[in-house]
Amino acid sequence: MVDLILKAALVFAGMGVALATFQLLRGPDAPNRAVALDVLTLITMPLLVGLAVHAGRIIYLDVALVYAVLAFLGVVALARYYDRGI
Amino acid sequence: MIYFDLLICLVIVLAGVAAMRSRNLVSAAVMVGVVSLMVSYLFLRMGAPDVAMTEAAIGAGLSTLIFLIAIRRTGEDEG
Amino acid sequence: MTMPDTPLNLIGAVLTLFGSMFLFLGALGIIRMPDLYNKMQAGTKATTLGNILTLMGLGLLMPGWLPKIVLIILFVLITNPISSHALARAAHKAGLPLAKGSVLDQLREDEDAIAAFEAETQASSGKGVDG
Repeated sequence: MVDLILKAALVFAGMGVALATFQLLRGPDAPNRAVALDVLTLITMPLLVGLAVHAGRIIYLDVALVYAVLAFLGVVALARYYDRGI
Repeated sequence: MIYFDLLICLVIVLAGVAAMRSRNLVSAAVMVGVVSLMVSYLFLRMGAPDVAMTEAAIGAGLSTLIFLIAIRRTGEDEG
Repeated sequence: MTMPDTPLNLIGAVLTLFGSMFLFLGALGIIRMPDLYNKMQAGTKATTLGNILTLMGLGLLMPGWLPKIVLIILFVLITNPISSHALARAAHKAGLPLAKGSVLDQLREDEDAIAAFEAETQASSGKGVDG
């Protein structure tokens, strides 16, 4: 039962990845694509934690931790690019 | 599970091709960031947490920053 | 790895399902909304809630890992509003248009008021130097 519910959750996350990728490819300019990058980051972080639970190794959680700390740097750099120049 | 990995591979290929064909360099930098994100997931899937961590730190954070600094110095449109 | 059907595991799995539904709805929002600011509204709020619910559910599946997962949630709660706020401000400064039915742009009004105030003070101080 638990495995079935987790598989359903993985299907929902996969649909989210597909829709965000569609927005990434469609978006007419760079800020629209940056929103898609933000959403993809936030979807991928639970996937990394889910992979850690699936493999049963706590060391995998460090990847998600590094991602949570550093992934917003790209979006902030793009915002600074449009705001006043890096 | 294997279908999800195939979806991630498809996202990598689509984002890479779109980054290659894009005429706006800032959009291309964002797409390269997405490629790096998904490649980090695949590295972790293949059981290499250290490589995935390095890819996450360098690819998502630092390389986008360096790309944007270079684009700021040289100009946005490829022409 | 297969999980036993204990009540705690069931609660964690259902939380994960709800969280991934919110992730899906956030991703649906960014392709349905008309302009960048509405997209950011959907893509930030719904996705942050989905992220937190999913991480909490996965943490309930592995109760020994909860401190590290709570740390990840804290980092997400700190960094995600920063990035979305900076991106929205930069997009407004870069001049991206609002959707057609928008009625209010308070940031534009504030910037206009500040510019008018600065022009007025510069004009008055310049007059003072001249006089």
